[in-house]
This record gives sequence, structure tokens and C-alpha cells, in this order.
Amino acid sequence: MPAKVRIPTPLRRFTGGSEEVGASGATVGAVVDDLERQFAGIKERLCDEEGRVRRFVNIYLNGDDIRFLSHLETAVKDGDELSIVPAIAGG
Amino acid sequence: MAAAPGMATDAAAPPAPARAESVLDLIGGTPLLDVTAMGRGLSPRVRLLAKLEGMNPGGSVKDRAALSMVRHGLATGALAPGKTIVDSTSGNTGIALAMIGAALGYPVTLVMPENVSRERKRIIHAYGARVVFSSGMEGSDGAILKCRQLLAEGGARYFKPDQYFNEMNPRAHFESTGPEIWEATEGRVTHFIAGIGTGGTVMGTGRYLKSRNAAVQIIAAEPDDALHGLEGLKHMASSIVPGIYKEQELDAKVPVPTDTAYDLVYELAARFGLVVGQSSGAALYAGLRVARELDAGVIVMIFPDFGERYLSTNLWAGWKEWQQRHPRR
Repeated sequence: MPAKVRIPTPLRRFTGGSEEVGASGATVGAVVDDLERQFAGIKERLCDEEGRVRRFVNIYLNGDDIRFLSHLETAVKDGDELSIVPAIAGG
Repeated sequence: MAAAPGMATDAAAPPAPARAESVLDLIGGTPLLDVTAMGRGLSPRVRLLAKLEGMNPGGSVKDRAALSMVRHGLATGALAPGKTIVDSTSGNTGIALAMIGAALGYPVTLVMPENVSRERKRIIHAYGARVVFSSGMEGSDGAILKCRQLLAEGGARYFKPDQYFNEMNPRAHFESTGPEIWEATEGRVTHFIAGIGTGGTVMGTGRYLKSRNAAVQIIAAEPDDALHGLEGLKHMASSIVPGIYKEQELDAKVPVPTDTAYDLVYELAARFGLVVGQSSGAALYAGLRVARELDAGVIVMIFPDFGERYLSTNLWAGWKEWQQRHPRR
């Protein structure tokens, strides 16, 4: 069973409008790579050229900010929930 | 008593009073700061001026629109004793409405996305306003929709200034921000730059400046993508377009990358002693882009607020790395 990933409004154009999608990987980084395989272009929105999560993007694993866990190296188990949340309200 | 700044009816913006009866009398009359030195290799005949809207008593440019909308509500009877002021806001308008409500004795309820900064929530609570949170996943549009729902349930009890559709929003800038810039530059302003949140600032100020000199260029700074980190600004192509926003009145739009805007905020702090919010970084990015193309000109940028209310946010997430790349001499 893959992880559940919650997608914010500004990124739903990549997921065909879906608010929640499934993606697999042993770490958050691997899940992001799987998202990119399914929805080309989405990774560039989430990560900078050096592969780090962009400053204005927050990723939560089961409600905890991965910046306070192990960033993209944070381990993911089947059935975990990842939420991608814009850091700001946006206007 | 001083005439109320922000509600001037002629071209001359009243000077800020030395002594005021109400915080509301202190709205407007903000200064320009010359930040030309932020540009490298600019023509010596170009000036870059930042209008420091953080000097307003509520701490942002939104004080102007909020006061104008509330006063209009009182004048028309739409706001009367027994009613509550309600609106959806990403923060600064909420702070302004909460301040004005407190000063005038009206209760205030605000709908905002749960991911607005902690400082904003605290300030709004300090003014005694009630906050209803909408989903952070849906951004400011989620707050707009939730506010509509609240109104559908108890409409008659509420006065909704509706900053996205209320013509008093751009009007406030036509009557105060525009004249202030015209006077402070002695009519020499050639370019005006503001970010688009509701569009009120850029529309209203732009109309005034064009009325004085049709050649003044009106330029909007806009996030370069739907997913961005420029709090207070809207990426129009992917948003509910505000009714007061008339894109055809703009001379140009400059797309702003969040990362560069954040870096400019760090640089302003380190080089000018000026800590501002991310939307000021966005305005400066657009200002520098315009300045590089010019041989001569006076560019005025709106710096919507100061930075204290973002210290807990992701804005500062990259500051250490930036500092390492730009060590002090």
C-alpha cells in the first residue's frame, strides 16, 4: 500500500485535480520522486535545483514537519500520510 | 482635530498630525526611502524609492483600504451598531480591520487560512477579534469561500467590507497613496510598482498617478507560479480574480520568483537596516528589473509592511545559507 499524499490547490493542475494521490518510496525523497514519475513537473515546484525542499513549501509526515524530522531522508511506511502545504496563505 | 489622513478629498495629502485623537488619524502619510543602492550598475539618473507602508499604525498598507471601506460602511448605514465586521483575509487586512474595529467599538470576525503566520494570529487576538480558520491547503481562496458560507448562515448580522470587490479599496489609494507619492516626488515619479493581492493598491494609486501624468508606468509584481511563498500576493491566472482588479489598466506585470524575493529581504536587512515582509522583496525585485532597463526615471515601489510579523515563517528558513554566501566585510 503506498503512502497517501495530500495535494494543495496550486499543485492540483499536475494531478488532474485530485486532492489526494498514492505514491511509493522508503523515504519522503523517494515518494517525491515517485510523484514526479506520475505527475511530471511537480518535483521542480517542491524542490530547488540542489534537490532541497523549497523554503516556501512545507511537507508534513503524519502531521509532523519533515524539517524537524530528517528532511527528505525521513523514512516513510506504507499507509503514512504526507501533506504538501504551501508555507503561506497566498494572497 | 486633524483631518483624517487616508480620506483626503483633494490632491494634497494632509501631513501626519503631531498629536492624534485616534490611531485612525495616524493612517497614511508614510515616507519614501531611497534604496537606489540596492541596484548594481544602474544609470546614475535612476532613483528607486520605497514607500514604507509598515509605518501605518496597523503595520501595513491595508490600513488605508480597511479604513476607507469601514468609513463608507458607516456612511451608508451598511455598518451600524449591533453588527459585526467580517471578512476573509490572508492577514494584513485582518489586522487592519481588527485595529479599526477596536478603535471604533465594533466586533470583528476574520476568516483566514490556518497557515498564516503565528504573529498575525496573535496580533489579531490582541485586538480582541475572533478568528475562523479555513484550510491551509486551499490558501486565500479557501478563506473567501468559507467566509461566503458564514455570511449565508447569518448575513444580516454582518458587515463585510469585501476587499476583493469593494471600490472603496482602490479609492483609498486614489485619495491617499497616489497624492502622497506625487507630492513626495514633486511630480517626478515615472514608474509605480506594487504587488497584486486584491489589486487595490496598484489600481487606485495607478489611476491617480495617471490622472496627473498619463505617461507614468503602472507595473504589478506577481508571483511567478501558482505555488509560491509571497504572502499577501496572488498569482492571478490560478486564483479567484478580484472584482476590483482591472488588468487592462496595467502597463506591465513582472513575474517574481519567491527565492529571489526572499534573498532581497535578507539583503535589505543586512545593508539598509530595513526588515520587511516578503511582498516588499517582490516589489524590490520588480523595481530592480525595471530600473536596469532605464536611462532615467524615478521608480516608486510599495513596501507593504515590515518583517516582524514573519519572523516565525519560512521567509527566514534560508537566511543562514544566505549569510554564509554573503559574509560581512
